[in-house]
Amino acid sequence: MGEELKVIVFSLAHEEYGIEVDKVRTIERLAPITRVPKTPSFIKGVINLRGIVVPVIDLRGRFGLTESATTENSRIIVVAVNEMEVGFIVDSANDVVDIDADTIDSPPEIVGGIKAKYLRGIAKFGDNRLLIMLNLSEVLNKNEIIQLEQLEV
Amino acid sequence: MDMNAYLSMFIDESNDHLQSLNENLLRLESDPEDLSIVQSIFRSAHTLKGMSATMGYEDLASLTHEMENVLDLVRNSKLKMDSFIFDTLFKGLDALESMVQDIVGGGTGKADVTAIVASLQSIVKGDYKTAGASAGAAAAATGQTSGGAALLDEFQTSVIQQSIDSGHNVYYIEVEIREDCVLKGVRAYMVFDLLGKNGDIVKSEPSVTDLEQEKFDRSFTVFAISTLSQQELETQIAEISEIEKVTVALLDLESLAMLNNAAAKEQAPAAPAAVPAEATAKEEAGKQVGAARSQAAAASSAPAAVSRTIRVDIDRLDALMNLFSELLIDRVRLEQLSSEIRRNDLTETVEHMTRVSSDLQNIVLKLRMVPVDSVFNRFPRMIRDLAKSLDKKIDLVITGADTELDRTVIDEIGDPLVHLLRNSVDHGIETVEERLAAGKPETGTIHLRAYHSGNHVFIEVEEDGRGINRERVLKTAIKNGVVTEEQAKQLSNEDVNMLIFAPGFSTADKISDISGRGVGLDVVKSKITSLGGNVTVDSALGRGTKFAVQLPLTLSIISAMLIKLGSEKYAIPLTSIVETGIIQKDQILNVHGNRMIHFRNAIIPLVSLGKVLDSPDFNEHNESETEIVVIRKGDKWAAVTVDEFIGQSEIVLKTLGKYLTNIEAISGATILGDGQVALIIDPNALIK
Repeated sequence: MGEELKVIVFSLAHEEYGIEVDKVRTIERLAPITRVPKTPSFIKGVINLRGIVVPVIDLRGRFGLTESATTENSRIIVVAVNEMEVGFIVDSANDVVDIDADTIDSPPEIVGGIKAKYLRGIAKFGDNRLLIMLNLSEVLNKNEIIQLEQLEV
Repeated sequence: MDMNAYLSMFIDESNDHLQSLNENLLRLESDPEDLSIVQSIFRSAHTLKGMSATMGYEDLASLTHEMENVLDLVRNSKLKMDSFIFDTLFKGLDALESMVQDIVGGGTGKADVTAIVASLQSIVKGDYKTAGASAGAAAAATGQTSGGAALLDEFQTSVIQQSIDSGHNVYYIEVEIREDCVLKGVRAYMVFDLLGKNGDIVKSEPSVTDLEQEKFDRSFTVFAISTLSQQELETQIAEISEIEKVTVALLDLESLAMLNNAAAKEQAPAAPAAVPAEATAKEEAGKQVGAARSQAAAASSAPAAVSRTIRVDIDRLDALMNLFSELLIDRVRLEQLSSEIRRNDLTETVEHMTRVSSDLQNIVLKLRMVPVDSVFNRFPRMIRDLAKSLDKKIDLVITGADTELDRTVIDEIGDPLVHLLRNSVDHGIETVEERLAAGKPETGTIHLRAYHSGNHVFIEVEEDGRGINRERVLKTAIKNGVVTEEQAKQLSNEDVNMLIFAPGFSTADKISDISGRGVGLDVVKSKITSLGGNVTVDSALGRGTKFAVQLPLTLSIISAMLIKLGSEKYAIPLTSIVETGIIQKDQILNVHGNRMIHFRNAIIPLVSLGKVLDSPDFNEHNESETEIVVIRKGDKWAAVTVDEFIGQSEIVLKTLGKYLTNIEAISGATILGDGQVALIIDPNALIK
């Protein structure tokens, strides 16, 4: 039995993902987003989070999934990693679960079209549910954004 | 008692007192006659002494005590300030500062201060000018330290001698207060009051202040000149309640001499002495009592003068600020709701809340702002010391010390400014001879200015020294490999001036300990750049150099013009705006494919904001007339087309966070009254 992890579960394109609770600042309903010009298309803009301006990115866009219109269930999960605060738009955030760190397996090469380096691993929990654990510092890696920008140009 | 609980308070207050000592000593140096300054210096020193003794920092207390002794003589006009005394006091202050720093760093605050203490003591004795110490003065010094009988210094002795010479009664009075007396200070004051009414007090042991603050055991002694007879005086003093015992002895020249020489407390019969009165004796004695009284008054009013501030963690201010922004959003929603519901009492309440919250907003925003004075105040002293050590004459003129800057910036700009000032003193201002030879006044002037300009604060260091020598700068730059000879020829004067900020550059012919190690200016530049600021230099050979530091007002309020671009709102800092206007489509000219307009007898480029910002739902081509904002960057102007003006507003600058950095044409964001984020446009990016 390894270390117990508390994980926030959210869904994105019918898959379930997990982020450790201690990295999540808050979960918000969708608020009006102010577009920031000259940024990659998955950066939706900035929101006012209780007086702090926080950038918001669409995780679907970030992972190269097709972007879809937001729904009543859409949420913004604000995470704090490497002194950065960023909000993720996800399809829904619905659960907090305890998982055993030992049950996290290293990710297979392709999961739902997402590059393996964004993933920390796959965890099994409950009745054979699979949870994709995100590697946040890779997701927020800025060097890659710069590369993306160059690709777009 | 756990002293640690009081340590941070002690450190904060010590620093405050040291700063005020520093400032007041400087003021006194320029105006040595002003005794009121001495009073405040004395008070600060005295408080510092008390605090450090309470906290158990004996070295700190004893050094302050010696400085206090000197100051005591000065404020009682028994000692004239001169440069030696100033230097010694400043040295003492430095030692105190380093001891406090040691305590801050977790040390014990111990330091070897014997040299400074010795020179302070020699000042008290008065023998720092004349090598031979007079017996009287020496006795005075030992008398003070032993704490026994009250003995006199030279000046007091001469006052008493003159009084006796002019036929006045001089008494040596010993008063003992009853053991069970509760308010010893009051009783002592009553004795002094009685003596003061009927004459003058020359000297008391312990000093008047100590007596007032009950810093004595049970007895004290006084030398007084009085019109009353010995018996009258004795009975009158004895009539004051709670006085145990009083001994009054009439002094004559002989007993005075005996007192001084042998430290004897013998009483001697009166001896007739009739020399024509010297007016000066009386006058001086009068002055002295006046000083003693005002000092008593000052002491009693001192507690009220303490500034009423508290220290708050800056994170808490941030939290307050953010909570307030939340409140603001709800306020706007409430306003909307109340206008829909249309109930009078609701509307009134919401309006009142609006007023209160806008007052609150002002206060919250100002809380983080600190006057730049808290950095500037240590510079006069620094310049004085530097000038002295370099044998130059320099005036430092500070303007705009009340300019306010965000606390985080204030904390960082101290060191860069020290570098710039040191550089000005060392390399800028010439020696007195050079200045005279160049036909300049022998005293050089350094102006230190701070002022607001929109969302920036400018701090300028300008001196009237020798200016930057292009040839010498280039020679050094080439020698140090900063530029090649080829490049050097093409550099403009401004470029050459900026070379002095290059790493590893120094034009000083000889290395001094003030600057000239070639590490100064590039450090300044990188520090200021890291603060999001900029430093420029402007120089005229032979006339002086001006360094201008431009600093951003992070998390501060700026005035901005809010504009609309389709559905989006943006803010343009008002400082960059020259004017706003409307132009017709047919007024737009095409020059080489660039759109230009006529504006005030000039042709300026027309920039489409919608295009720069990729606006999704605004197309200016559909409009027959366009609103424009004319902006400037230095002396370049440009017109920017916008959709619609919303109006001028005070906005709070916010960063976009660390994830979004270096976004073209956007310098930050702000939160509007309705809770929405609006981006702030960087006008400098619009002008190429």
